[in-house]
Amino acid sequence: MASFEPWNQDRARAVIADYAGLQGACLPVLHALQAVFGCVPLDAEPLVAAALNISRAEVHGIVTFYHDFRRVPPGRHMLHLCRAEACQSVGAEALCRHVREALAVDWHGTTADGAVTLEPVFCLGLCATGPSALLDGHPIGRLTPARIDRILESLA
Amino acid sequence: MTRVFVPRDAAALAVGADEVTAALEDHADIIRTGSRGLFWLEPMIEVETPEGRIAYGPVEATDIPALLADGLLDGTAQHLRLGPPNQIPFLARQTRLTFSRCGIVDPLSLDDYYATGGMDGLEKARAIGPAATVETVLASGLRGRGGAGFPTGVKWKTVAETAAPQKYIVCNADEGDSGTYADRMLLEGDPFSLIEGMAIAGLAVGASKGFVYTRSEYPHAIATFDKALSIARTAGILNAEFDIEQRAGAGAYVCGEETALLESLEGRRGQVRAKPPLPAHKGLFGQPTVINNMITLTTVPCILRDGAAAYQAIGMGRSRGTMPIQLAGNVRYGGLFEAGFGVTLGELVNDIGGGTLSGRPIRAVQVGGPLGAYFPPSMFDTPFDYEAFAARDGLIGHGGVVVFDDTVDMAQQARFAMEFCVAESCGKCTPCRIGSVRGVETVDKILAGQNVAANLELLRDLCHTLRAGSLCALGGFIPYPVLSAMNFFPEDFQRAHPVAAA
Repeated sequence: MASFEPWNQDRARAVIADYAGLQGACLPVLHALQAVFGCVPLDAEPLVAAALNISRAEVHGIVTFYHDFRRVPPGRHMLHLCRAEACQSVGAEALCRHVREALAVDWHGTTADGAVTLEPVFCLGLCATGPSALLDGHPIGRLTPARIDRILESLA
Repeated sequence: MTRVFVPRDAAALAVGADEVTAALEDHADIIRTGSRGLFWLEPMIEVETPEGRIAYGPVEATDIPALLADGLLDGTAQHLRLGPPNQIPFLARQTRLTFSRCGIVDPLSLDDYYATGGMDGLEKARAIGPAATVETVLASGLRGRGGAGFPTGVKWKTVAETAAPQKYIVCNADEGDSGTYADRMLLEGDPFSLIEGMAIAGLAVGASKGFVYTRSEYPHAIATFDKALSIARTAGILNAEFDIEQRAGAGAYVCGEETALLESLEGRRGQVRAKPPLPAHKGLFGQPTVINNMITLTTVPCILRDGAAAYQAIGMGRSRGTMPIQLAGNVRYGGLFEAGFGVTLGELVNDIGGGTLSGRPIRAVQVGGPLGAYFPPSMFDTPFDYEAFAARDGLIGHGGVVVFDDTVDMAQQARFAMEFCVAESCGKCTPCRIGSVRGVETVDKILAGQNVAANLELLRDLCHTLRAGSLCALGGFIPYPVLSAMNFFPEDFQRAHPVAAA
């Protein structure tokens, strides 16, 4: 289970400063912000732009280009379900439908109780043990609707 | 205590390897390894006995008490016993060069690495010097394992001959193709081989800095490789002369395209660059750059160690050496099969893969990831070779082979290909950015039974536009799965009841 700090400009400036000196620093900076705050909020963009001496428009373009960066923090748990071809061949689409119905959320959504955020992912490299998922970064293979139900029930 | 080897590969963790470890750790000395790549047998554990290792699998944590009581630790327990791992037919039929250590050694033990021939390739490169190192790679016939199949030695030679104050080695570990996991296995199972391969490349072309771009969907691989980097730095393998930094991607498939990857490494949106200039002339930060696939770089050490001739002797046609083929999806024996080029698709999926996991007939096999063609069983005589697949409008890509049984709807697979291209297009060129959206719409019309014949023709025309007019392989190759689905499985596009045109 992930826990994130509330947004704080001074803290954000310190996080950015830790990585701003790297060559091509933008992605490492954004990853670091997301690790601390659970997302890269709009308010972070001018701070990143100033630290890296690039325009705010450029930062906005980068944040919105990459699927990983979020605007709001996720729920208490993050479930990535694989939707790519290898998992499709062993029933991933039906499993994905089942999970969306069980959680009553669509892709990128968070359950009403804030417990789970559901994200699609296109390949986890677990293609011979599918359908596959990552739950809070922990890989799960050979998923069935019954098994995912048990796992979801255990989440607080 | 008896030593027991338990994989820490993410695919083994996904099916309970940590739970098996917890059940065993009071009874044995546990060594965590990578995976041998026999995924239907994971978690597969190996017990060290005086006669060598004895494998058991697939082992669940709940099996451990009974196995221990029956003599697991001296290899006599019979339940789930697979015998010596190298005698398992799936492994015995392979030629493991790039994957020679994976699943056997502790991936973070330099002692294990040295004991299994590690750093011999780098020693050899130092002894023969940069020019002879480039010549060796050239003579080996090694071609880029990311899919394009460009001769590695030619790329290295170009960078070596380009004068610049700073040159870079970039490893493409943005393994986004579904059905592929070779990079992930090696990052988790033999990370020092990548460090050695990049150090050899650095020496050969005169580069002092390397970057590894690993996809963010591989958190375990990233963590293991970061540890390996720090161990190598402490041991002085990485130093002021040559150092490596790892960077994580951020979920963009297109960053597996080399110029988009360079843009991303430079801190920008992962948009494709027009070529020329080639990365070998103006690559990362405008400097001459060797950008190679991870499997290409990890194969270099054994080429240096064993000589170009030994590697060149394996394979067929212009495809020399071995290819780590990854059997995936609906396949009974899914796993990594490293073999010389030339094995046929039918041998791979039927003899080696054992047919489908579901037990139903195979209907289609997609080779080479989301941009690869779907091949029907009538084309299973195609040998695994860059040219043979290209001649049949397919590609081997990074070696992923995804098996589908007869329940697959190929019109839906064609739709998925276009939908994937919509989501992953970098947006730079029009055919890919807009054509993919029109592609989804057109498949939807066909599925709804609207003007089916005319829309099929339109879809085919759109595919030709994408193929000829896109800037990179994403838009250029997405027609392969779509056209192959239309050509080999036309009945799937005729299922809707026709409706009158609006």
